[in-house]
Parts: sequence; C-alpha cells; structure tokens
Amino acid sequence: MPETIPENSVGLVTPQLYHFDEPLELRSGKTLAAYDLMVETYGELNAEKSNGILICHALSGDHHAAGYHSMEDRKPGWWDNYIGPGKPIDTNHFFVVCLNNLGGCAGSTGPASINPETDTWYGPDFPVVTVRDWVKSQARLADRLGIEKWAAVIGGSLGGMQVMRWSISYPERVGHAIMMAVAPKLSAQNIAFNEVARQSITADPDFYEGRYRDHDTLPKKGVMLARMVGHITYLSDSAMREKFGKASDQLKQASLNLGRDLRKGKLSFGFDVDFQVESYLHYQGERFSETFDANTYLLMTKALDYFDPSVDYDGDLSKAFANSDCKFLLFSFSTDWRFPPARTREIVTSLLKAGKEVSYLEIDADQGHDAFLLPVPRYQTALKTYLERVHREVTADAS
Amino acid sequence: MRPDLAIIQKWIEPGSRVLDLGCGDGTLLSYLQNEKQIHGIGLEIDEDKMNACLGKGVNVIQQDLNKGLDNFETDSFDTVLLTHTLQAVRYPDLLVKEMLRIGKNCIVTFPNFGNWRSRGYLAFKGRMPVSDFMPYQWYDTPNIHFCTVKDFDEFCQAHDIDVLTRTVVDYNHRHRQLIRLFPNLLGEIAIYHFTRKNGAAAS
Repeated sequence: MPETIPENSVGLVTPQLYHFDEPLELRSGKTLAAYDLMVETYGELNAEKSNGILICHALSGDHHAAGYHSMEDRKPGWWDNYIGPGKPIDTNHFFVVCLNNLGGCAGSTGPASINPETDTWYGPDFPVVTVRDWVKSQARLADRLGIEKWAAVIGGSLGGMQVMRWSISYPERVGHAIMMAVAPKLSAQNIAFNEVARQSITADPDFYEGRYRDHDTLPKKGVMLARMVGHITYLSDSAMREKFGKASDQLKQASLNLGRDLRKGKLSFGFDVDFQVESYLHYQGERFSETFDANTYLLMTKALDYFDPSVDYDGDLSKAFANSDCKFLLFSFSTDWRFPPARTREIVTSLLKAGKEVSYLEIDADQGHDAFLLPVPRYQTALKTYLERVHREVTADAS
Repeated sequence: MRPDLAIIQKWIEPGSRVLDLGCGDGTLLSYLQNEKQIHGIGLEIDEDKMNACLGKGVNVIQQDLNKGLDNFETDSFDTVLLTHTLQAVRYPDLLVKEMLRIGKNCIVTFPNFGNWRSRGYLAFKGRMPVSDFMPYQWYDTPNIHFCTVKDFDEFCQAHDIDVLTRTVVDYNHRHRQLIRLFPNLLGEIAIYHFTRKNGAAAS
C-alpha cells in the first residue's frame, strides 16, 4: 500500500461505468442487446478533443491501468510504469482512456454479469467476443467521449492486436498505432498453451460447465493451473534464473544456480514444493484464481486464438492495412518467446509492403513477454520521445 | 549539412518514397520530409540515433544491413540511399544489388580511399590511414571495405549499373576544378547516383 502517492502517479482514481443501449452485433453472428463498459481516464481532454490516447489491455488486464483506487491498494494499475505525469504516456499532455473489455470480469458486461433476458448469470452463455467486437465497442466509447480521432491507440500483446484492428477498421480515427510484444496471429504453439489453460479450467470438478456460480463455488484450481501455465510463457528462462537463483555458500556465482533456489533450504524427498519457482507459481496462480473469472479466461484465450486480420484478405496482412492512415510504432523484446521479435517483424514487413509509415525497435530485455509492462530504460525513452513528438503534433494542430 | 548530403538532396523528387540505409540520426530524411514532402523510411541499429529519428518524426526501423533487405518489396521505393555506410557493411556487392532491386534509383556515397592523403599516409608512414574524418585504428574501425573511385567505377561496369551522375568532392568543397580533373587522387567523398542498366531485371 502506498504511504503517500508518488509524485509521478496519476494518484487516486475512480472508474466510471458507461451504459450502452444500442445492440452490438458480434462477429459470431450473435448480438448483445445492451452492455456496460467500465472505464478509467487520466489527464484532461483538450478543447479540440484531439489529445485522447486509448490504452487496450491484454489477457488478464482491465480498465485500471494507472494510479490507485484507495490508499489501501497494494499495487497501482497494471501499466503504472508507463502512464502518469512525466511518464512516457504523459498525463500532463494526454487524456488517457482505458476500459475493461467486453467479456471481462472487472465491471464491464461479461460472463459474471446478469443476463437481462434470463435474470441470472450469463456464465457460459455469454457470447464469444473477438478483438473486432472489442474495437467496435471501444469506438462507441470514443463516440460517447466526443473523441473523433485518437492521438494514439496503444497496447501490448492482446492489447496490440486491438491496436492493429483499430488501424484496419477505423483508419480515420487513429493518429498513431503503437503496439508492443505482439504478433499478427497466434502460432500453433501459442494456441496449444491456450488450450492447456482452457482444459485445466474445464476439467476442474468445480467448473460445472461454466455454471459454477449456481453451485456457489469457483473453479479455483483450474484457473490457478491456467495462470501458472500462462505465467511461465510470460517470463523468460533468464528472468526465472535471475528471480529464483541467488548466490550461496556452495554456488558463489548466482549465474551457476540456474534459478534453483530451494524453498526450505533442503530437498523434501516427497511431492511437496521444493523449489522457490514452484511456490511462486502457486502463489501467483492462487491469487489470480481468487479474482479472475474462469469464463472470462476462456473467452480471452479464444479472442487470442481467433485473431487474424488477414483472413478477410486472402491471408495477406499487407492488404488488411491498405486503408490504414496512421503512423505505426512497434516494439519487440529479445527474450520474449511467446511473441518473439520475428513475429513482430512479420507485422512490420506487411506494413512496409503496404507502403505505410512505420518505426520498429527491438529491445534487449531479460524479462520475456512481460517486458512490455516493466520499466526497461531504452523502451521507456523511445516511447517517451515518440509520444512527445505526437504531443507537439497535437499542439501544433490545435493552434 | 555534410557536403554529400547537400548534393544528393537535389536528386530526390518531391513527394517520392525514399529508403535510407543507415539513416543515422535522421537529419537527411527529416530535411527531405520538411522540404520535399517525401515519404521516408530509415534503417538504423544504433539506439541513440534511432531515438533521435523518433524525436524528429522520422520513421526508423531497427535492422542490420548485413542481414539483408528481403523484407522490402521489389521496386517499392523511388530512391534508396546509402550514405557513408558502404565501407562498413559485410557484403557491399550484395547490398548494392538489393538496392537496385528495391529502388528505381540509388545513391551511394563513400569516403574515397584513393585520395592522396590516404595514399601518402600508407606510402610514407607505412601505416593504415587515420584522419579526423575517419579517426579509427585498423583494429577498431567499423570500416571494413574501403574502396576508391576507380574501384567503384569498375564495380558499376561489372554489375550492370547505369551511373547517372558521379560527383567527387572534398570535405570543405575546395579544389573543385582540380578534383574534376583528378577525382580519384583529390576527391575525399565520392557520390554516385545510379540505376539498373536498361533491360536489367530487378532480380
């Protein structure tokens, strides 16, 4: 918990619920008659409404990207390293908007919401939503906020996929599309990990075909397993070695330890937790399973699996970008093995083929896929420099 | 602006698409964007220089020229630039071939190793030339493929390259008349503007 709010924090923030009555037709053919979006904003919208930045969250993210909800919060929002006064996404300059996506479990309409048609939980009946559906709902939120065109739309991982979709579906509404740790679509390996996660959830005896709330229970074990598998793919081998490998009397150099720190200093010769990494994964998984909805996890992984903007263009992503009218900035991270640099470069190549304006940086970082969330100096500097330039553009246009 | 840059900017058509290989801090592309409304992309690997590009609003892609340019389509740019970088790449011949494939026309500038100072340095001191402009020792220099004006002329002939303009200058724009007479001896910077020979395929 923060004793005092740091100076470069957006401070205490309160999310706001926006209700939408206009039915949303989904990619699956189904329709959401009405829905709510939970939204957080930081900074001030200028008179021209031209300084808006939309932040798109990744698999387990939500609308709470920066600041604190109360002085009792243990941690700030998920992208607090990057959003705040003087930070790369500078709230002194920009009006920053972040929302919980449809199907989420942090306040927006999702499987844990009440279905007005049945007066009970949506549960497994909540329609499968895609990145395209999210972006459509985000565009309606932009309408509601009076923002015709975002100065920038920014997101990492699954968030980056939403940014890509924005640039394709609403070319006139995006000034700059900024994506990090992203791929044009999932590979078989990516989908395989998602399927293991889904199987862990659906195989939990407390899952009850997604109707666990009717049984007053939660499939915590399944969600925990799903998160453990996911978490491994977010970290790099080197990050784990570093995190769990200290120097000891026996191993003078931490690098020789390979991250094999023992939890109790000796082996148990049983099947309990022996190593720190095991206990860390248990802890992360357990905490996650207490707050994250199982049906939402299933939906989010499906949205990832289904994402492929090239399907409407004979598999040629460059054709998908044909009408995009924004500048693009992409980042990849050297130890990211979920979406390694080569996958991000596929997008860059498609953008070049489409003749678009694009910048691309490959950041040396040890932290794996998670690097996009963490303070990595070169990445911070580049994003800050780029957005300062965007701010100068916005200011020049306004005057 | 470096004299070679001041000269080559005249060859860039307004509104054209320009690819700058080893674009540095983006000075040239930024100038061309502002003065000629070109659509530019720069390739660079130095972090600080890339950052300078981002600050100037110059599109910059982190890409190592030694690893090829196969992510660029044939004929996708009007002009491909390679200024003061030829001597630092691993495979200059392959890179120039790729430039000819990607660009409708190409511009290359390089320090002329045939200059009398370099010749004198080696001839009289018996050591690899070190100057203000190329202040490296033989063991730490990024410049691994020096050539002379004569060498590059021959290279162009052998590789179906149609040289549109060849200009040779010194760093201070002096000796211009004399340089014209003895380019390989007096010239310090060689500037070539060239295309594929008529009929040569953009393979």
